[in-house]
Amino acid sequence: MNKTVNQKAWFLILPVLLLVAFSAVIPLMTVVNYSVQDTFGNNMFFWAGLEWFETMMASERMWDALGRQIAFSTIILLIEIPLGVFVALNMPKKGFWASLCLVLMSLPLLIPWNVVGTIWQVFGRVDIGLLGYTLNAIGIDYNYTQDFYAAWITVIVMDVWHWTSLVALLAYAGLQSIPDAYYQAAKIDQASRISVFRFIELPKIMGVLMIAILLRFMDSFMIYTEPFVVTGGGPGNSTTFLSIDLVKMALGQFDLGPAAAFSIMYYLVILLVSYVFYTVMTNLDKRDGH
Amino acid sequence: MAKITLENLAHSYSANPSGESDYALKELNHDWVDGEAYALLGSSGCGKSTLLNLISGLLHPSQGRILFDDKDVTMAPTTQRNIAQVFQFPVVYDTMTVRDNLAFPLRNRGADPNYIKDRVQQIAAMIGMEATLDRKARGLTADAKQKISLGRGMVREDVNALLFDEPLTVIDPHMKWELRTQLKSLHHEFGHTMIYVTHDQTEALTFADKVVVMYDGRVVQMGTPQQLFETPEHTFVGYFIGSPGMNVLAAEVSGNMAMISGTQIPLGQQYGTPAGKVEVGVRPEFTLLRSGDEGLPVTIKRVEDVGRHKIVRTDFQGTEINIIVAEGENIAPDMNRVVFDTAGVNVYSDSWRVAPQGV
Repeated sequence: MNKTVNQKAWFLILPVLLLVAFSAVIPLMTVVNYSVQDTFGNNMFFWAGLEWFETMMASERMWDALGRQIAFSTIILLIEIPLGVFVALNMPKKGFWASLCLVLMSLPLLIPWNVVGTIWQVFGRVDIGLLGYTLNAIGIDYNYTQDFYAAWITVIVMDVWHWTSLVALLAYAGLQSIPDAYYQAAKIDQASRISVFRFIELPKIMGVLMIAILLRFMDSFMIYTEPFVVTGGGPGNSTTFLSIDLVKMALGQFDLGPAAAFSIMYYLVILLVSYVFYTVMTNLDKRDGH
Repeated sequence: MAKITLENLAHSYSANPSGESDYALKELNHDWVDGEAYALLGSSGCGKSTLLNLISGLLHPSQGRILFDDKDVTMAPTTQRNIAQVFQFPVVYDTMTVRDNLAFPLRNRGADPNYIKDRVQQIAAMIGMEATLDRKARGLTADAKQKISLGRGMVREDVNALLFDEPLTVIDPHMKWELRTQLKSLHHEFGHTMIYVTHDQTEALTFADKVVVMYDGRVVQMGTPQQLFETPEHTFVGYFIGSPGMNVLAAEVSGNMAMISGTQIPLGQQYGTPAGKVEVGVRPEFTLLRSGDEGLPVTIKRVEDVGRHKIVRTDFQGTEINIIVAEGENIAPDMNRVVFDTAGVNVYSDSWRVAPQGV
């Protein structure tokens, strides 16, 4: 087919260009703008170059928050992925109970983040919360406002409660799509339950599981609302994750330059990890395709 | 290896079957003799796969018993029955290599690694996949995957029976023939009891010593290919086996004569006066085209030359009658009468064959 050359055709992409500019590029550029400038107030800015980036790279506070963030994401992935798969494996396959399970399990997913935070904030309180009061009544010293471990456990259990359903639902969908013949063949081949999981179920749900891991990684890496409502980042800085720290820096201290540099680095990390996931996932697809 | 006995076996997929029509497999008594190769032939949905799954234990029957060598296994799970079964569509373990796929059933039984190695090599040679043994099963073509499934079915030597559920559906025709031959030679070599489900009569007739024909959840006839051809016990067997199938005509029978739409036809043998819906069935091979005044008046619709012989398709008062004519024989325009060779005439009452009297 012969294509006619008409440079005016470039104008056709103008609407998309405008849309993307307003939705992504321009807001992002303001952040970039802040990250390379400094101010003494009165809306007077001057050029600072890469100074803020260098400051942030040397900032112990940023590294600590990043460390906590990585620890948090790792722990919840290590709990939610196996637990979600386990739940999915044990859910009824069809009928009334299957539907009931699906509805009950989607409930936590429908609750707004700050409400989840509030629920657990109240639930865990030592004076009026069912969990906190009961634990202390039976002699376990639990107080998420004072104790490092109590705070971490509360935040992690909350995230597991909120999001394991997502992993379970995705894994369940993957399991449902496995034809019966595979299970029948496994019985014929006298495969053990573990072999069935290892050689049939796991390979077949790998695709959806990768999506689940990616979603849970991104969401947990950007988590803000729930721990902010429950612990406010405390006690001390012990549950101050990247987002919480960023907000403190940008809005609390009004350190726009460092906060902007921080945001950009934060953004690049998420972009990088997502890219790695994307590459791994498309490679998995390619192997399947042939 | 074992003799498999089915006692009053029946299966319904509904929990509370109310009538006979609820049963996918109607009551059945049958012995599968140890070491024989059977073909289970029937159209789709006639209960073939149900029967197979009952034997392998993937389904448990609504009633009746299944015995392996007189040991009751009716409620035993599949893994305890030591049965090999190959399904219609390929099932392979994607993440394993071809070699591991073939070795899998042996490893699950804890076989000796050296034995596994030799046996896998042997099976790979049989299915022609020695070159691809170390490739991942993922990404192979459908027929390669099906060959792996077949190989996995054949890899255990001590199985009680080998069940095949239309295993060659996805295999291309040339390979089909080759694999069928392999299965036959495997049968000769090891003498496994084999049950081969198919809806393809050529496959059934070439594979098996005995062919079991099923229709509407019931076994209608079991016999050698020759018996099925010469004396179909049910009109379905007549239709289903043979190419084209048997000609079946409504008739009134008394003694050794049949009256078909006003024309007298000799039957060769005495049948008395059968009750019910009476039909006469004659295979196209025993149907002759003649000129003159004798026989059923027909109009020739078309003649198909299939190479070894010609098939003449004719119309007799709205019913199709097919005739097989030898290749060299001439078909003249005035040949518009059909007569039957009495050696190949069968009489049916309510679709079941009536045995001639005094034989």
